[in-house]
Amino acid sequence: MDILDKYGPIAERRDSLLQVGLNPFGLRMDKILSPTEALINGRKTILVGTNNYLGLTFDPDCIEAGCEAMREQGTGTTGSRIANGSYALHEELEQAIARYLKCKSAIVFPTGYQANLGMIAGLAGPKDTILLDADSHASIYDGCRLSGATLIRFRHNDPADLDRRLSRLKNEEGVALVIVEGIYSMLGDIAPLKEFIEVKKRHGAFLLVDEAHSLGVMGAHGRGVAEACGVEDDVDFVAGTFSKSLGAIGGFGASNHPHFDRLRYCSRPYMFTASASPASVVTVTKAIEKIEQDPGLIDKLWRNANALYQGLSDLGFEICSPASPVIAVRLSDEQTAVFFWNRLVEEGVYVNLAIPPGTPNGVCLLRCSVSAAHSEAQIEEVCGRFEKILREWEAQKASASA
Amino acid sequence: MDEMQNNSDSVFQDICGFLEQYNRNKIEITGSTDLNSDLNIDSVAAMDIIMEVEDRYDIDIPINLVADMRTVDDLVSAVQKQKEAG
Repeated sequence: MDILDKYGPIAERRDSLLQVGLNPFGLRMDKILSPTEALINGRKTILVGTNNYLGLTFDPDCIEAGCEAMREQGTGTTGSRIANGSYALHEELEQAIARYLKCKSAIVFPTGYQANLGMIAGLAGPKDTILLDADSHASIYDGCRLSGATLIRFRHNDPADLDRRLSRLKNEEGVALVIVEGIYSMLGDIAPLKEFIEVKKRHGAFLLVDEAHSLGVMGAHGRGVAEACGVEDDVDFVAGTFSKSLGAIGGFGASNHPHFDRLRYCSRPYMFTASASPASVVTVTKAIEKIEQDPGLIDKLWRNANALYQGLSDLGFEICSPASPVIAVRLSDEQTAVFFWNRLVEEGVYVNLAIPPGTPNGVCLLRCSVSAAHSEAQIEEVCGRFEKILREWEAQKASASA
Repeated sequence: MDEMQNNSDSVFQDICGFLEQYNRNKIEITGSTDLNSDLNIDSVAAMDIIMEVEDRYDIDIPINLVADMRTVDDLVSAVQKQKEAG
């Protein structure tokens, strides 16, 4: 038996997708032209699946800061912060996050995935119980497993269900940590944080909110769903990423907990990984300044999100959640979703194909993410191309049933 | 012993009910039916079924245990164990 035989059924499923068209989970972009455009198979393509919510990847000031840091401080740090030392710029970024989020302290990680591993495995241990939202991102599930805690899953966005499950707990030895996200990455729906906080307070549990898709997106200053709901002081821990609205790579944890910095010498995903490169770190620090200085970016993002939502709704597409920068278009089955996805790429629109088990409730989605950098014309163009493919698909269906 | 057997039978019946929506090929579900290879239940669907079972019996089945649940019997015995613990 071969060591990789266990993935045979998954490989077969992937191969069957490739027989229909392009590889939705390994698409090559030949050249990135702007935050909203790339060359794919020689065609200029509008990107509607990047999570580049504020369009900061080509911000001239961020680029300049990154270039300068690389020239002055080198390409990489070549080691972990506990063994090989922190650069001043790592600490400056942590101070910038803390300032922006109005938290006592922040810890940065090399990726958003590692931020969740490091936060969760750092906060919870084998004697604790984690209650996680059923639709949580894979990085949350993986962090939970790494922690060794007892894991209880509660129904998605359902504070009453969390309440019921917390009431059943008999764990007197450890603590309970509740984990939710701000905006959920697949369906684009938003956590009812206020209600969750009432429940967690009643049970004396701690709350970690992953604002990966809501930082820079929700709240008047972009501080996330906690800001939008007016509950920032009641959130015990925040996790987030730099690879979405902040346009770079990395992640963070932040908190007002007086002993939060203990994670620096107790959380293995923080301790045993190399630190982020100078260029990466300073582009994030600069991007935070940009958001602080220009809240208009968030307004632009929401105008575009509402426009795409409206356009696709008017065409009759089923969208899983109210308008947000994540617009999840639900299609009837995998075959239809794969057809639409391939035709969209051929027509010069890139969205994300999302199918089970990567989606909740077995749904098949064309997941769109909107950027502040999209022009009105691009949004209209995207809707027009969706419509063209919809008509094709309707014609195909009609001729098949005739 | 008889009572335990009855409980186990009724848990088995309940679980078969939860599994029916995944049983597209209408196979006969037995204790040794494999959730993944026989019923094509993926990891997320398995956790969804466990949530239904938890609510039915007002128990918690930590998802740490899911990796070890391959068959219907594994699920039945996990429920029994948690019911007894509760």
